[in-house]
Amino acid sequence: MTPLLELRNVSKAYMRGVFGRERFVALQGVDLALDEARPTIIAIAGESGSGKSTLGLLVLGLLQPTEGVVLYRGKAVSTLRGADYQRFRREVQAVFQDPFAVFNPFYKVDHLLQVPIEKFKLARSRHEARRMMEDALQAVGLRPEEVLGRYPHQLSGGQRQRIAVARALVLKPRLLVADEPVSMVDASLRAAILESLRRMRDEHGISILYITHDLTTAYHVADSILVLYAGRVVEAGEVERVIRAPKHPYTQLLIDSIPWPDVTQPWGSKPLAKREGERASVGSGCRFAPRCPSAMPHCWQRVPPLYRLAPEHVVACYLYESEQAAQADIARA
Amino acid sequence: MTLQESPVLRVRDLRVTYYTDAGRVTAVNGVSFDLAAGERLGLVGESGCGKSTLALALMRMIKPPGRIESGSAVVRTEHGEMDLLALDEESMRKARLSVISYIPQGAMNALNPVLRVGQQMLDALQAHAPHLSRAEMRARAEAALASVELPKDVFDRYPHELSGGMKQRVCIAIGILLSPRVIIADEPTSALDVVVQRQVMETLQRVQEQLGAALILIGHDMGLMAQVTHRVAVMYAGQFVEVSPVQAMFTQPLHPYTQALIQSLPRLDNRGVFRSLPGVAPSLLRLPSGCVFHPRCAQVMEVCRREPPPAVHTADARFVLCHLYGDDENVAPRATLTTSPQEVRR
Repeated sequence: MTPLLELRNVSKAYMRGVFGRERFVALQGVDLALDEARPTIIAIAGESGSGKSTLGLLVLGLLQPTEGVVLYRGKAVSTLRGADYQRFRREVQAVFQDPFAVFNPFYKVDHLLQVPIEKFKLARSRHEARRMMEDALQAVGLRPEEVLGRYPHQLSGGQRQRIAVARALVLKPRLLVADEPVSMVDASLRAAILESLRRMRDEHGISILYITHDLTTAYHVADSILVLYAGRVVEAGEVERVIRAPKHPYTQLLIDSIPWPDVTQPWGSKPLAKREGERASVGSGCRFAPRCPSAMPHCWQRVPPLYRLAPEHVVACYLYESEQAAQADIARA
Repeated sequence: MTLQESPVLRVRDLRVTYYTDAGRVTAVNGVSFDLAAGERLGLVGESGCGKSTLALALMRMIKPPGRIESGSAVVRTEHGEMDLLALDEESMRKARLSVISYIPQGAMNALNPVLRVGQQMLDALQAHAPHLSRAEMRARAEAALASVELPKDVFDRYPHELSGGMKQRVCIAIGILLSPRVIIADEPTSALDVVVQRQVMETLQRVQEQLGAALILIGHDMGLMAQVTHRVAVMYAGQFVEVSPVQAMFTQPLHPYTQALIQSLPRLDNRGVFRSLPGVAPSLLRLPSGCVFHPRCAQVMEVCRREPPPAVHTADARFVLCHLYGDDENVAPRATLTTSPQEVRR
């Protein structure tokens, strides 16, 4: 059966410098598949610059891969035309990181909800359109009478982000790319948004790429997780396994740095090897080697492949070399 | 530096109102609290609860249609006490950065992109401490950069050459340039990754301890509060509804709002349990009668709809604004709200 979404060895390089001579690899060799019959929430986790947002943009077709291919229902996203493209545009929706950037300040916020309803002819009447907008707003914990008819600058960041989530909900998509959807939303309402994401999966069969740097929410909402570091998958698997028993030294560092809301669980028992902003040149080796407390000489020589530790758990680290080398296929990860 | 000393900041009955076209909105409604030197107070609440307005009021940066209606905010400095809310404009301008400094939300994106970092720090010094010589200013700026663990060459770099974490460090460095008594940090790490967040918070904590300054950490990340602060104040619709030592706040929250907030948090041991607060934060234009929280409260009583709740100061130095605790015998009658040193030093 054709997967809903498939990434085959996808890489993306940006050209930098005055004449585009500097090549910056944002994403390197990522494989991923999502089955429509088994709607899943996959968390894509990593720090800024890890390539997680690039991955989201590739899936949305807003960027073209330098190598590899992104397939939607078996067709390369970059070649979709006509009805296929329309369908892709409706079925694949996005919620972006910055609730300040997605609004046009000259339009009332209603505009953001009206446009998709009109474009895809979802409502038969003005009244029905209004009801759809109100339902979607209520589903994300907003009072329609308080936000409709207002301008973006009159709303808080949290309110705007929830409107963006509501906009995606209106279209009843098959796949949602949610890039940090709750990072600017209040803790008390995060749960509500995460719950609505999960309902999208359970009740509407929507698969979600949940792009985040927040592993606490990833742990709670996702079925599986893919941890990126400097453009490569360092660890992927079933979320319970990865968060509870992280194998890659980077994942371990990430999880150790989570500020759990628990005074008996102080963060940061692991020392930090390197400061942020220092990414030493690693040549051909593992990208994490400069910060890695367990780096070995051959880590600097070549990039570790993905080793399969369990059917639902792969890790790219030579510490696990003895484990059977996994195929690069992390389809069910 | 001990915490038994008289508080470094004493805020009493602070009220801030915005006169909007739609009506009068009291964003900060009679807030009182004390802050000891070296203490870290977390200030949490939903967006629109007034936490940033409170910070702006302490900085005297409320702009029309907003107005500080009443209250005092007395800071103790080596030159005696001063009420920030009673200072004239010029004295307040001097007090900013040298007595109280503010690291606003998204500060790292407010750095001027066409000026070198060092120049921006010198500008701040020029504006707030013009008596310093050029060389002294430079020395102070470099010392501040060093104290936030930035390499020396950052002084001559442009903001776009720095990572997010480094920019946030620059903002902290500017905040501590003149050794303030009180530092207010509004969501200083909300845009940063967990590892960087931890590094930046550790730095902020360290410089704050070195200065012996009090820190007000504004945010809605309860996890961060649990890791960093000594005491947490929970704000709801312009009021403090609970102020408790962090340990007590997380293990035995008093106010039903705090209880719901704590329960809504994702922990390691409650995966997939989403308990969000019922209802929506009230519009400040149309506040509910009685206790403002009563429409969302799980333990609402008849009296809550009618009468505003009493301010209860408990024997163990906690504060709660709730009818549930009005007649409790465990509750000391109006003890003063001070921090007990044992509770604060975790």
